[in-house]
Amino acid sequence: MAERTMAERTMAEPTVVDQNIAEAVASAKIGIGGRDAVQLGLVLIALAFLVSLPFIARALDASTLVTLATRIMIFAIAAASLNLALGIGGMVSFGHAAFFGIGGYVVGILYRHFVSGEALFGFISGTNQLVITAAAAILVSGLAAALFGALSLRTSGVQFIMITLAFAQMLFFLFVSLTAYGGDDGLIVRRRNVLPGLDTRDDATFYFICLAVAVIFFALLHRIMRSRFGVVLGGIRQNERRMASIGIPTYSYKLVAFVISGMGCGLAGALMANFARFVSPDMLHWMQSGELMIMVILGGAGTLFGPALGAALWIILETSLAAWTEHWQFVLGPVIILIILFFRGGLHGILTTIRGNAHG
Amino acid sequence: MTLVLEQLLNGVQLGVTLFLLAAGLTLIFGIMGVINLAHGSLYMVGAYGAALVATKTGSFLLAAFGGLAAAAITGMMIEFLVIRRLYARDHLDQVLATFGLILFFNQAIVLLFGRQPIFIGIPPLLSGAVQVLPGVFYPVYRLAIIVVGIAVACALYLMIGHTRLGMLVRAGATHREMVRALGVDIRVLYTTVFGLGALLAGLAGLMAGPILAVQVGMGEQILIVTFVVVVIGGVGSVRGAFFGALIVGVSDTLMRAFLPGLLRGVMTGSEADALGAGLSSMGIYLLMAIVLLVRPKGLFPAHG
Repeated sequence: MAERTMAERTMAEPTVVDQNIAEAVASAKIGIGGRDAVQLGLVLIALAFLVSLPFIARALDASTLVTLATRIMIFAIAAASLNLALGIGGMVSFGHAAFFGIGGYVVGILYRHFVSGEALFGFISGTNQLVITAAAAILVSGLAAALFGALSLRTSGVQFIMITLAFAQMLFFLFVSLTAYGGDDGLIVRRRNVLPGLDTRDDATFYFICLAVAVIFFALLHRIMRSRFGVVLGGIRQNERRMASIGIPTYSYKLVAFVISGMGCGLAGALMANFARFVSPDMLHWMQSGELMIMVILGGAGTLFGPALGAALWIILETSLAAWTEHWQFVLGPVIILIILFFRGGLHGILTTIRGNAHG
Repeated sequence: MTLVLEQLLNGVQLGVTLFLLAAGLTLIFGIMGVINLAHGSLYMVGAYGAALVATKTGSFLLAAFGGLAAAAITGMMIEFLVIRRLYARDHLDQVLATFGLILFFNQAIVLLFGRQPIFIGIPPLLSGAVQVLPGVFYPVYRLAIIVVGIAVACALYLMIGHTRLGMLVRAGATHREMVRALGVDIRVLYTTVFGLGALLAGLAGLMAGPILAVQVGMGEQILIVTFVVVVIGGVGSVRGAFFGALIVGVSDTLMRAFLPGLLRGVMTGSEADALGAGLSSMGIYLLMAIVLLVRPKGLFPAHG
C-alpha cells in the first residue's frame, strides 16, 4: 500500500525525478570531463594506427595482419554491445551469441535467396547489398532480443543467466535443424555483399568498412553511455529497487538496453558472415556466448573501450595459442580462471591503475 | 500403445538422469550461491572414470566405484582450488571461472583419451529385456537406471529431511549467515555438499555411459538441459529438480519420438524428420518459456 502511494506520488511529480537524473547526468559529465582530453587523444592515436594498419601490413608483407584486425574489429563491436547489457545494465546474458548468429544467418539466407532467385516466405526477395542485409540483420536480431529479453527479464540473477543461455541454445538447435539452409554444415556466402563504389572482395577495403562501422558504433555507444538513458541504466545496475522507488520503469529501461545490445551483436554477426563468407550454427554456440563475455570481462566491464581491448587480447591470445598447440584450451582455461580470480576490473582496470599511479 | 509406454519409460529414464545432475546443481546453488557450469564436466569425468576402469578390469561394479570416486575427488578438488574463492563473487565471475574449468577439463580429456567416443558394454547381469506389462518388453539396464534414480531421490529426501547434515543443508539454504554464526564449520559443509553434488553428477555420467557414447562435450549438452530443469523446477529446490527433471525428460523424449511422425502427415518424409528433430530440440525451451510466463520463480520455488 505504502509502496503504491509512493509510486503514485512520484508519478505525479515526474519533474523531481527528471531533475535528479539531470543532475546525475551533469555530474557524470563533469566527473569524466577532466579525463576527456586524455581519452580523446588516446582514441585519435588508436584511430590513426588503425587507419594506417593496412599500409603497414602491406609494407611488412603481412596480409594476415589485416584479416586478424578485421576479426578483432568485428568482435569488438559484438563485445561492446554485450557490454551495454552486461557491464552497464548489469544483465548477465549468457546468450548473446544468438544475436550474433542471427545477424550472420540474415546475411546468409538473404544471399542464398539472391542466388536462387526465390523469394523468402514468398514475398521477401534475396539481396546482396550490404546496406540492406546489415539493416535487416540489425532489425531481425533486435526483434529476437525484444522477444527473449521480454521473457528473460521477468527473472533476474542466476535464472536470467540460465534462461538467456537456454534461449540461445534453442535457436542453435533451430538452425541445426534447418536443412534448407545447410543445417549442421552451415551456409556458404560465395561472394561478400556489395557496397556501391567499393570492392568488398578486397580484404583491405573490407577492413576499412568494418573500421568505419566500428567508429560510428562506438560514437553511438559513447552518446548512449553519457545520456540520461545510460545514467539511469547504470543506476539500475547499482540498485534497481532504489531506481524503481524514484519512479523509473526499470523493466522497460532494461529491455530497451537489451534490445540495443542484441542489435549491435546482430550487426557484428552480419559483418562476420561477410568477412568469413560462411555462417554456421557454431556462431550461436554457447561457447561463443562465453567468449563474448570473457572479452568484456577481460577488457573491463562497463567501460567504453574495455570490451574492444578485451576482444583484441582474446583473439590474439587465441590465435597465437592455437598456432602453438592444438590443445590451446588446456592452457586458456586456467588462464581465464587466474584472470577472474586475481585480476579484477580487467585490462582497462590495470591500465587505469597504471595511469593513475603515473599521474599521482 | 506399446511404443508410447516404451517411450514414456525412456522419458522417465532421461528424467532421473537429469534429476541426478539437477539435484547437485540446485543444492550447490541453493547453499553456496554458486552457479557451477563445470557440473557437466563432473558428469563427463564420472563417465570416463567408469569407462577407464571397465576397459581395464571388465568389472562393472569396480567401474561404478571408479566413476564415482573420480567425480567426487575431482569435484572436491575444484571446490578446494577454485570454487571456494568464488563464493563471495558475483554470478558473472562464477560463470566465467567455471567456463574456464570446462575448457580445461574438455581438453584434458582429449589429451588423455583422444577425441574418439568410447562405447562401454552393458554389464551381463543387466543385459536383456524384461516384460514390464503383458507384451511390453523393456531393457533391464534402463529399468535399473530408473530404480537407482528413484532410490537416490528417496535417499536425498530422507537425508535432507531427517539427518543432521540435511538440517544443516536446509538451514544453509535459507539462513546462511545464521548457520555460520552458530559455529558450524561452513567450509567443511560446503566441500561436503559440493562433493555430494559431484558424486551425483558422476553417478549420472557412469550410468549414461553404456546408453550414450562417452565423449568430450557430453557434459555441456546435458548441462544446458539441466539448467532448463532447474529453472522450471525452481532454483534451489530439490523437490522442484525432481519434478522438473521428470517433466523435461518425458516431454523431450515423447516429442522426439512422435513429432516427426505427426509432421510426416503434412509434409515430405526427410523434411518432416529434420523439422521434427529441430522442433523437439526446441520443445523443452519453449516449455521453460511458458513456465516462466506463468510462474517466474519456477514451479516449486525454494524460498516462499
